[in-house]
This record gives sequence, structure tokens and C-alpha cells, in this order.
Amino acid sequence: MHQSVNDFTIRVATVNGSGSQSANLTLTSAIFRLGIHAAPKNVFPSNIEGLPTWFDVRVSPQGYQCRARDVDILVAVNAVTWLADVASVRTGGVVLHDAALKCSEETKRADITYYAVPFTALAKEYTTDPTLRRYLTNMVYVGALAELLGIDENAIEAALQKQFRSKPKAVTLNLGAARLGGAFVRDTLVKTDSYRFTPVPGGTDGLLYMDGNRAAALGCVMGGCSVAAWYPITPSSSLCESFIALCKQYRLDPATGKMRAAIIQAEDELAAIGMVLGAGWAGARAMTSTSGPGISLMAEYAGYGYFAEIPGVIFDVQRAGPSTGLPTRTMQGDVAFTYTLGHGDTKHIVLLPATVLECYEFAMTAFDLADRFQTPVFVLSDLDLGMNSWMTSALPYPEQPFDRGKVLRAADLNAIESWGRYRDVDHDGIPYRTLPGTPHTEAGFFTRGTGHDEDAHYSESPVVWEKNLDRLVRKHDSARTAVPSPVVEDTGKNVAILAYGTTHHAIVEARDLLLADGYTFDYLRVRALPFAPEVAAFIARHERVYVVEQNRDGQLFSILRTELPPEVSARMISVRHYNGVPIDAHAVADPILQHERQALAATGENVR
Amino acid sequence: MTSVALNIIGLSRDVYKGLPTTLCAGCGHNSITNHLIKAMYEFGVEPHLLAKMSGIGCSSKTPAYFVEHAHGFNGLHGRMPSAATGAKLANRQLLVLGISGDGDTASIGLGQFCHMVRRNVDLTYLVENNGVYGLTKGQFSATADVGSTSKGGIANEFETIDVCGLALELGATFVARSFSGDGKQLVPLLQAAFAHRGTSLIDIVSPCVTFNDHTGSTKSYAYVKDHELELNAPDFIKGSEEITVDYEPGTAQDIQLEDGSHVVLRKIDHGYDATNRTAAILMLQEARARHELMTGLLYVHPGESDLCERENLVDEPLRDFGENDLRISREDWTRMMASS
Repeated sequence: MHQSVNDFTIRVATVNGSGSQSANLTLTSAIFRLGIHAAPKNVFPSNIEGLPTWFDVRVSPQGYQCRARDVDILVAVNAVTWLADVASVRTGGVVLHDAALKCSEETKRADITYYAVPFTALAKEYTTDPTLRRYLTNMVYVGALAELLGIDENAIEAALQKQFRSKPKAVTLNLGAARLGGAFVRDTLVKTDSYRFTPVPGGTDGLLYMDGNRAAALGCVMGGCSVAAWYPITPSSSLCESFIALCKQYRLDPATGKMRAAIIQAEDELAAIGMVLGAGWAGARAMTSTSGPGISLMAEYAGYGYFAEIPGVIFDVQRAGPSTGLPTRTMQGDVAFTYTLGHGDTKHIVLLPATVLECYEFAMTAFDLADRFQTPVFVLSDLDLGMNSWMTSALPYPEQPFDRGKVLRAADLNAIESWGRYRDVDHDGIPYRTLPGTPHTEAGFFTRGTGHDEDAHYSESPVVWEKNLDRLVRKHDSARTAVPSPVVEDTGKNVAILAYGTTHHAIVEARDLLLADGYTFDYLRVRALPFAPEVAAFIARHERVYVVEQNRDGQLFSILRTELPPEVSARMISVRHYNGVPIDAHAVADPILQHERQALAATGENVR
Repeated sequence: MTSVALNIIGLSRDVYKGLPTTLCAGCGHNSITNHLIKAMYEFGVEPHLLAKMSGIGCSSKTPAYFVEHAHGFNGLHGRMPSAATGAKLANRQLLVLGISGDGDTASIGLGQFCHMVRRNVDLTYLVENNGVYGLTKGQFSATADVGSTSKGGIANEFETIDVCGLALELGATFVARSFSGDGKQLVPLLQAAFAHRGTSLIDIVSPCVTFNDHTGSTKSYAYVKDHELELNAPDFIKGSEEITVDYEPGTAQDIQLEDGSHVVLRKIDHGYDATNRTAAILMLQEARARHELMTGLLYVHPGESDLCERENLVDEPLRDFGENDLRISREDWTRMMASS
């Protein structure tokens, strides 16, 4: 029989706009309170109300945070998708469904267990308010599920108290609905499946739930961002909205109550990045957050920022493209685009967080790097990381001061004979800058996107132009050892996996799956562009390196192939996942296993 | 030794000069640059607090030609307003001067122009308006009048965008129109614009001698000379100065600006009230129908909140804050993490 204690996936299939999100988060939070690692994933439509939506809660002893391919327990509420939802349940699984949903004898599956609970009818009896009734229907299934799987009522109550912090009435109302569901299961159903929760005392101590966008917003606050400009776009909006909320609470001048931050909802992304660069040029730490379509609009100013050398931070919470694509689905789709965003010769610093903790840390790092390298820095999150709640350890308080980079103040200018904006004094490609408002007659210079010499004067000289582009390459190379270094697990195997961003979570489980088949691999997780020297060394040391990513064209694979020597890049094999839902372990393990078996058959060697 | 004349902050006029112009001889933009130098010298602009912002085009090159040692930002075509907005937010003590053209503002940059105006970003925004693209050799811009002909004799068939009329619609708080050749009017307008808190728009007709100064153009020296009507003649009196000139009662409108300065509009057209938005819109519409170019301070509304005030920003430049001012305290952080 299938392992069924604290190791299964629940899928709730509901209708968008029915208020199921808070019920599902209550469910997740209640499981977490049992000391059990629960990883929620919301798969939702580009719609406000009416289209189908799914919410998965995965529990596993290993604490896997990636999506599970198989559904063990389906909570079926949506009549429209009900048959397809039932079809997604694995053999031996469970369907807990609204009693109003019926299967014909032909469609009814014999290999799964059905439990019918009148969610809607119970909610109808509970309240006469039609709006409330819709919301409370969701709490009825939470209560039913809790009874069925063994979630203590105290855990539900505690989760509700957290969910509705300042609304004790809502806690009572929701708890009442959950109790109805629980009572129905207890009184009328006989449990015939073996799925259940067993509390793990202390199992989630020190952990909390946070989404990547809020973590990034916290990083912006702690990283000293004081100007933000943004245009609403899914899935990035909550990043700036969190930043706004945080600033309203924590960025008020104690004496005057005025704000130490300016946040502007711009007319478009083009204006948003213009504001960021204007503010960065004037010396404030500035950021914008967007997604792929916004990045498209930012191309010209991104190139300008690179060439005129102006700091700024751009969060790209990636979603599925091309075009409007699947705006509520995930993708690692903008890696190649952002890396060279701009016309002409352009190469940006791009950070690739994989976890909530990294969203927070890399946000702070991004501001330091932007100031240090005087350039736009991209932070590439994705919908899965940005909008889903993830278990994380508490975010640590930063102990380092800001690195504001090479800025000459009036006193500095007095101490030196002369300065030129783009002179490479330190031979690291990074020049010195001054800020507008510096009280010194020599501080001013003319920032331009046109050809300029070391002293920022207009120049069309071929020599000056080429020299400047070469210095920018030098600067880019200096960044290789300053950006977050890759996470390397090199235990001397012949074959390795290379990944980045949220793909990491599928790699963790995939390596366990592969191990079960007898295959072990080394692993490198890239955390930034430009590549640190370790990346090339790691690939060169292995016979085969599987480069796994969530896009159709193998974007990071292509960058690696362009930048590495041919004999090194020839070792790489591209593994790609691009259906819009977060990558699962099988999407990694299956193609790798297949390829490894072929490789074994071809060479006769034993790579195990 | 001859003594060099100094302005109220002790700087010579030379400080306000820039690099030699690379625009065509006789270009209206060069005249505007000279008027700007005079206006800033007399006003006592602090060069280190000046932020010269521009987009792309002939007009946008001009920030190189004045106050050489001030910071300049020559940005993207039509996208200067956003950069200017960001700079002002980062350091609200800066005197932000945006220099744009008709293509940069009314064609490619119309969106950013509109949103800058409706946000009332505190800056002086000049449109050096010649109705034509100079650097790409003579294409019409969106401010070209219907029926106006190109150098090659082709008539523009599309409706003109009047940036002053548009700004009034968008809630602008300072709207003026002038002519590059009229320093007497332009200099005090520029100074009033520096003094005004909020977006100060000055649309300056500035003939392009190379591509748009022919018969059939409505932005030529000759056409402007024949069609310009002075709505009012401004005098600018800096805050600290006393008003010494006597204006005949009923002939002048005295408007006090936010910093205590006054702009006194000697009224050529006696009935016109420059603080009445509706009257300004009507006046522009009527003048357009009569093919008249009305110049002067068309509208001003002192006292309106600018963007920094609407954002409730602290008075200090944001760029000056450090870790201790910007980070959440350790106690609050611990509390937040515990309740997350």
C-alpha cells in the first residue's frame, strides 16, 4: 500500500473568486502547526471570478517544496472541471467532493475512494448571507478534510486566528463552518483510506511562511531602497504593494511623520525604469518590479543605464511568455533577454534567487552591486517563487552597512587633482561618480547615452568608443567574483546537474529519485550572471552536465554555450520544462535517466 | 584690473556659460540658451543644485551649452520626464530644468509629458518648439500646424497638438508661451518658472533655420513676427527684492509665487486673468481659430501641492539617508519575524 502518513498531496479544485484562497491558506497553516512541512502551490487563472483554480498542498517527510506530479487527495468543488479533476487522482487516492457533484457509473473510477460531503448545503444551512455562504463553503471542506486526515481542531483555530488577526468574529464564523464539515464526516462517513497526518512535535519550529515578493520587498526596505516606481503587472504587483505597506509602517520620519521613501505608480514600465535611473543618478537607491512584458518596454533605458553607468534594481518576477502568454503561470523565460537587455553590446548583472531567503538577501545584494558597479541589476524571481507561500527560516537581520560604491564627495574632490567620470583609476573597470547637488565646482558632468570619453565629453572617436566598451567588459568581469557565488556540491562524480532559480526545488527531489535508481550526480546551482569562475571549472571537470531550466529554448544553456570554450560546453545537455506549471521532479529525473541509460548503452561504461 | 560683475550669490556670468553650441547658426535654440544663461545668472541659480535634464533631438543637446559644471542628464527620446521625476524624488533640493523639443514632447514623449504634468513634478520644462525634426532632416512633428508646409512643399494634414492647451487640460500649474527671439519676455518667464513650485511649462517657438523657416511654415521667424500677440508682459521680482516699479492701476496682475517672488503681468489684453484656467483654455482655442500665437504667462496657479508634497516626502534628500534611517529597527524586525 502507498505510503500515506505525512506523505501525500492534496489538491483543492475550486472556482476562482469564491474565496477559497484564505481557506486553503488556513489548511496549509493548520498542517504546519502539526509540525509537518507543507508546501502550497496555487495554480490560478488569469481571471477575477469564474474560471477554475487549483491549490495543491504537498506534505512529505523530506520537506520537498516542489510541485508533486501526482494527486493523492482531491477536494472537488468545481462542477465544470470535476471529471477531469477526478482523472488526475492517482490510483489508490481519495476524492472528497461536494455531494452535489455526481459521477455516472461509466465515469466512476473503481481504483479510488469517494467521499461525498454536502459542502454547499451545509454552508447554506449555516448562513443565509449568500456572499458569506460562498466563502464558508470553503471552510466546510477544510473541516471535512481535517476530520478525515486528523488535523486537530486547535490547529485549525490557531490558523484562523492568524489568518484573521484583527477579526475575532471571522474566526468564530469560519471555525463554525469547519466544525460542520468535520461533524458530517465523523457522523456519516466511514474512513476506508489510509492517508493521515501524524503530528511531528517541533517539526516546524523556527520556520515561517512567506512569499518571495514579500521577502524581496523586505530586502528593499533593509537594502535602503528609497525610490520605487512600478506599473501593475502579474505576478510582480505584490512586491511593490508589500514595499508600500512596509514603508507606510517603517519609513516614517519619527519627528514629522513624513515618508523616507517615494513610491510612484508610473504610467508604464518605460516611465518606471526612467524614474529609477533618474533617482539612481541623483544618488538614491531605486527599484522597479515587473514581469516579462514590462521588461520589453524597459529595453532602451536598460541599455542606457548600462552605458551611462547608472545604478538601479529591476525585479523581474517571470511569467510564461511570449507576449501576454500565460500571465498567471510560471517560467524562467527572461534570463537571456535581461542578460543582454538593450541594443548594441550590453551585458547586465542578473541575480537568480531560488528561495524566499534569497529573494530577501539578493534584493539587498542587488542594491550594493548596483552602487558598486554603477549599473542596472536585475533580480529574476518567478511566479512560483514570488506569489506562492514557501516555508523558510526567519530572515536574518542584516549586519553589513550599505556599499554605496565609488562616490566622490566634495571633500574627496578637494583631495584629488582632477577626476574624470569614466576614468578607470583602479583598473577594475569601475569609474568614480559624483552626485548632483555636490557642492563643488568640479563635481558636475554630463551624463549621456551618446559616445563619451573618460571625462564624459561627447566623442565619436573609434579609439575612444572601443576603449570604453572594453572597460565595460572589464567591469563586467570584475562582477564575476562579487555576485552571489554558485552553490556547488562536487563529490567527484562524473556526471552533474546544473540549474538555477526555482528549478532547484525539483532538482532536490529528482536527485533522490535518481538515487533510488542507483544514479548519483554532482550539482551546481548558478545564482548570478555573469558566471563566477567556478561554473566553467565545474562543467569542465564533469563528463556530462545536465542543464535544467524552465523554458523551451534552454536560455541559460545557450548563454553557457556562448561563453564557455567549445570543448567545455560540449559536455552540456539541455533539459527543459515549459508548460507553465512549476517544474516537478519527474520532469528532471525522467529525461536524465533516459539519457544516462542511452549513454551507458552507447559507451558500455558504468557511470554509477 | 576690471572688476567682474557678480550676481546675488557671488558668481560671474561666465559660470552659467557652457560649451560652444553645435547647432546651426541662427537656430532659435541658441537664442533660448542665451536667455537661459541670463535668466539663471540674474536669478542666482546655484550651479551645483541644478539638474539639466533632456531627451533626444536638437533641443536636447542644448544643456551642454550652459552651466557647464552643473550635472546634466541627456536621456532617451521622449523619456526625460520620468528621469527628471526620479531625480527630483531622490533629491528634492535640486532645481530641475528639463529641456525638450516638439518631437520629444508631443510625438514620442507625449505620454511621459502628460503624466509629468498631472503629477505636478516640481521642475521647469521647456519645449523648444520648431514643428520639425532637425537631426533627421525635416520631418514634421506633432506640433506642426495643419496646412503648414515642409521645406519640400508638402503640407501637414494632421491636427496640431498644442502642448499648452493640453497641459491646461491636465491640471498644469504654470503654462507659458514665448518666442526664442523675445528675451525681454522669456527671461522673466524663465525666472518665474524657476520660482514656481510644480511643473512650469514654457512652450517656446524657436524657428529651425535649416528645415522650417520658409514661406508656408508656421514656425518661421517671419510667420511668428506676423502672428504673435503678446497676451501679457511679465516682470519677475525675486522674493527678497522690493517692488519698485509703479504699475498703473488695472493694467497689471501681481501674482505671488511660492518662494515669495512676484511675477507681475503687465496686461496688454486688459481683460485677461492669468489665474483662470477656463479663460486660458478658451483664449487658446479662440487664438487658434484666428491663427494667432498668444505669448506670455497664460496660466499660473501657485500653492498647489507638487509631487513630493503629495507623496508626503521628508524635506531632506532621500539620497542622504543611510542604514540607520532606512532599515527597520532590530526590535521591530524580531517582532515581525515572530509574528510572520
